[in-house]
Amino acid sequence: MSAGASRQVIDVNFFLNLIGVDLSALQGYGPLLLHGTWVTLKLSALSLLVSMALGLLGAAAKLSPLKLLNLPATFYTTLIRGVPDLVLMLLIFYSLQGWLSSLTEAMDWPYMEIDPFVAGVITLGFIYGAYFTETFRGAILSVPRGQQEAAACFGLNRWQRFRFVVFPQMMRFALPSLGNNWLVLLKATALVSIIGLSDLVKVAQEAGKSTFNMLDFLLLAAALYLLITSASNYVLRVLERRYNQGVRGMAR
Amino acid sequence: MIELIAEYWKPFLFSDGYSLTGLAMTLWLLVASIVMGFFLSLPLAIMRTSRWGLLRWPVQLFTYVFRGTPLYIQLLICYSGIYGIAVVRSQPLLEAFFRDAMNCTLLAFTLNTCAYTVEIFAGAIRSIPYGEIEAAHAYGLSGWRLYLRLILPSALRRALPYYSNEVILMLHATSVAFTATIPDILKIARDANAATFMTFQAFGIAGLLYLALSFGLVGAFRLAEKRWLSFLGPTH
Repeated sequence: MSAGASRQVIDVNFFLNLIGVDLSALQGYGPLLLHGTWVTLKLSALSLLVSMALGLLGAAAKLSPLKLLNLPATFYTTLIRGVPDLVLMLLIFYSLQGWLSSLTEAMDWPYMEIDPFVAGVITLGFIYGAYFTETFRGAILSVPRGQQEAAACFGLNRWQRFRFVVFPQMMRFALPSLGNNWLVLLKATALVSIIGLSDLVKVAQEAGKSTFNMLDFLLLAAALYLLITSASNYVLRVLERRYNQGVRGMAR
Repeated sequence: MIELIAEYWKPFLFSDGYSLTGLAMTLWLLVASIVMGFFLSLPLAIMRTSRWGLLRWPVQLFTYVFRGTPLYIQLLICYSGIYGIAVVRSQPLLEAFFRDAMNCTLLAFTLNTCAYTVEIFAGAIRSIPYGEIEAAHAYGLSGWRLYLRLILPSALRRALPYYSNEVILMLHATSVAFTATIPDILKIARDANAATFMTFQAFGIAGLLYLALSFGLVGAFRLAEKRWLSFLGPTH
């Protein structure tokens, strides 16, 4: 360790002590907890991206007049939203692993294990994609049809119509439910510790077990979640203000 | 698949021979937490909409904390956190309460669903048109009578669509109970999976059971809305 690095640690501790936080109470589990928080954040952000992409695709399929697209999308949203996320998580995670094992066995490949993080992102993305499908479907339907027709008259193609006309207006309608889904998704990531990912909950449990101080570490984890959800709420309010620009009566 | 059902249908539905398991246990968890959460949330929702800050803020803090943290952590705190405190262990009553996994689970579930329900009911109370309350004043209703005769019935009706959503989310949330060794549907599915290695089938059956329950609840609430909410619909 260089002298600079160790001095930095001392400085951080000094400032934390000033605001009444004593890192020695963490008994050396501070970096691990920080890493757990990072895993939770990364997992939820990546799952959000996957589920939003799936949601847009799902909404497009559900609004399509083609039965071939419309039926599977309806099936997807109904089925996924009727089953608890934890059940789906265990089902997808363990089955994926089982199928992969039988595939590698049949093909005579070496044994492969699915990375729990990747499995978590896929599973959460797949589950919340169904919720986002409903969100985006409702939002797209809320944009007056005349807008699309006008855009078509101006010679915009399909993609341009979506990107410049429908999307900016749809976000205003989608945002409240989008924010809600994000908070639910964030809280659902706590469940990935059950399939063995060392996220914030798992790390807090481990720290609590080895220091015989379960309650404090769990409360700390809860406080960190509260911090993340509060920050999300703030960002959502800012975004809502931004997307509500130019709408009368909403400028509060 | 057939062997799995033949061997595990009984624990999946109601009993493993010793205690309530599977579907029956999940339903019990749901009904107990929803009913306790409902009655707890009524006074809290009235406090939440109070003009007096001293009544409003504690409830606001409670809902903020319980809605901002995952239920799984709340369950872990109730189940493995609180029992670790020396004070709790030295008090016989508290010790007996927190030693039982069922009590801890129901405590966590009730507080969680209560927090969400308070916000739903408080929103419904706020959305009552002022004219209704003025009319009630004109008829001489005030104080608790106003709440009992007008505000609560009206708010509960208006809250029905959101409340049905919360009940279904709570059904889904009960699946974490297996982490506290409660033998609900998911716990049976895990046991069946561990014994037979038929992963997809075992969890698939659990999923179908939850799906059936969700659809049943959706249907029941649709009937309830038709019964109690039709006055808000278009007249024809």
